Amino acid sequence: MSIFIDRNSTVIVQGITGRDGSFHTKQMIEYGTRIVGGVTPGKGGQKFEGSVPVFNTVHEAVKATGANTSVIYVPPMYAADAIMEAADAGVAFIVAITEGVPVNDMTRVHPFVKEKGARLLGPNCPGLITPGQSKVGIIPGRICTPGSIGVVSRSGTLTYEVVYQLTRAGMGQSTCVGIGGDPINGTSFIDCLAAFEADPHTSAVAMMGEIGGTDEQEAAEFVRTRMKKPVVGFIAGQTAPPGRRMGHAGAIISGSAGTAAEKLESFEKAGMGIARRPIEFVEQLRARM
Amino acid sequence: MDHQSGEGVNIHEFQAKELLRAEGVPIPSGDVATTAEQAEAIARKIGGMVVVKAQVHTGGRGKAGGVKLAKTASEAGQIAGKILGMQINGLTVHQVLVTAAADIASEAYVGIILDRASRKPVFMVSPAGGIDIEEVAAKTPEKIMKLPIDTRYGLQPYQASELGFFLFPDDVKKVRAASKIMMSLYQAFMKHDASLAEINPLVVTPAGEVLALDAKISIDDNALDRHPDLVKLRDETAEEPSEVDARNSSLTFIKLDGNVGCVVNGAGLAMATMDLVKYYGGEPANFLDIGGSSNPEKVVNALRIITGDPSVKVILFNIFGGITRTDDVANGIVTATRANPLRIPIVIRLTGTNEEIAMKILKDNGFSASSDMDEAVQQAVALATKGGKAA
Repeated sequence: MSIFIDRNSTVIVQGITGRDGSFHTKQMIEYGTRIVGGVTPGKGGQKFEGSVPVFNTVHEAVKATGANTSVIYVPPMYAADAIMEAADAGVAFIVAITEGVPVNDMTRVHPFVKEKGARLLGPNCPGLITPGQSKVGIIPGRICTPGSIGVVSRSGTLTYEVVYQLTRAGMGQSTCVGIGGDPINGTSFIDCLAAFEADPHTSAVAMMGEIGGTDEQEAAEFVRTRMKKPVVGFIAGQTAPPGRRMGHAGAIISGSAGTAAEKLESFEKAGMGIARRPIEFVEQLRARM
Repeated sequence: MDHQSGEGVNIHEFQAKELLRAEGVPIPSGDVATTAEQAEAIARKIGGMVVVKAQVHTGGRGKAGGVKLAKTASEAGQIAGKILGMQINGLTVHQVLVTAAADIASEAYVGIILDRASRKPVFMVSPAGGIDIEEVAAKTPEKIMKLPIDTRYGLQPYQASELGFFLFPDDVKKVRAASKIMMSLYQAFMKHDASLAEINPLVVTPAGEVLALDAKISIDDNALDRHPDLVKLRDETAEEPSEVDARNSSLTFIKLDGNVGCVVNGAGLAMATMDLVKYYGGEPANFLDIGGSSNPEKVVNALRIITGDPSVKVILFNIFGGITRTDDVANGIVTATRANPLRIPIVIRLTGTNEEIAMKILKDNGFSASSDMDEAVQQAVALATKGGKAA
């Protein structure tokens, strides 16, 4: 009843003893995520919070714990290396939370991860959560509730906003995924839509896009040609001026390409519902279920 | 092709040329001047015809009169005197590049940009150089060759050669010269973590020499931590002062024309908040993302920057606490307004991590807050349009 993670996912944390890593590891454990180990070079042999074993390398951690998922909180200049280390150690699902990873690093990482047969989510993303089962990343557990809406988004806090509104309206979620706002990321909208379409416990999908690039238009085409489940879309940045980058490295309108209007038009063509405000996801989804 | 994706720090033409020259790209000699006298001295040193070029971060310099040919050193000085201080697309020219003029037989385009779709840097070359490549792409796409590069292996000589033959199908000597330039351009692109590197035009002189006459490089700002030398090249005089101030306070800020000042955590929610302001009939004054890990000081800086804009009639906070602790934001609001009491109303929306503590802090200090985004935005728009009292 989920995509990518569930209650059986066994997770290691790369950067477990760092400021962000340790804080969010505690939150994940509290939520019920099976955190089986952590990695911080030079701190191998220690125990995090008295119970989680820390290793020097991902290879050691995987060998000792059999983890199938890794979540990365290392600083941006080390993130590319951390992702490749996880893929090389045989981790099947890698979630990179780190913000500010140099884009040219990601051009090397992407084909490497693909060749190793791993899936990467992020970087610069909030991770994902399967409510009531497991969360990997930083999405606040309290705002989610189990249910059948799949949520996928390029943003962090905007995802929280929509999930919060869905939960308040009594509409639970199967899995909520933040794919990240960088121009090069591991998992795309289409990857998530395909997984939601195949997941028997997801009945409809809420998708939050942004200005910039063509990912949303390609996702709309996928919805039109390959999906039976209803999808409702939202685009952030309708008031953004062209040529100015709106925070996310990918959120920029160049020339006439990547505007909100263009993306919303592609949603309409694909027969998707359109939420003009975050709150409208509730009625748009309800009308289609 | 998303021409500006991964847009980062723009550096000036003369700086881009220095980076390329260091990799072995042949570039006519030249130097940068900030006064007419300096320009004249550089021209004298070069000897012969020179070009005086305004150094500003905008296109269309030629059309605006910012690029001029000079026959003598004294003429170069006079021209530099006119170009310095000139306004081009709202930007003041503080520096000119004085460079040796080259005779041109033909012009080509050579560039590398980061392509989201292929997740690779892509080489783009065209024999139709000297003009805007997007125009070429729109009108005569067959005149452009694109080649994605696997950065694990880098640009291979055979690939550079293929690109070279596309530019000069019948002249192997020029192909070799152009291929060498492309290898160097790729080196510069990777070495400096560029998101864009282009030579436009790449010219062939009547003598058959291949030269880079103009160059543009943008640096990926995510990579600046490992390029302290490039950080120094950033020209803050070429940017909006409030945006420079925000960046130095670790905030992402973009000034817009409206009157509802927005303070939000997260880029997506910040854009969605601006959109909602517009939806309810208001106009956002800015994009401002205080980022993830919050500390009260960021809020203090955000308020200082926003209230520095006289057109702002109301301040709207929209904070969804995840990593950001809403009590940190509440403390920031209290600290900032205690030091500098607000002259305009403030509307606060907070929800998420430590919401109860945040609400109490605000209430104890005389602020009211909402946990509903639509309600808060509507209230802010009403205050901005009618004018109203502080909360």
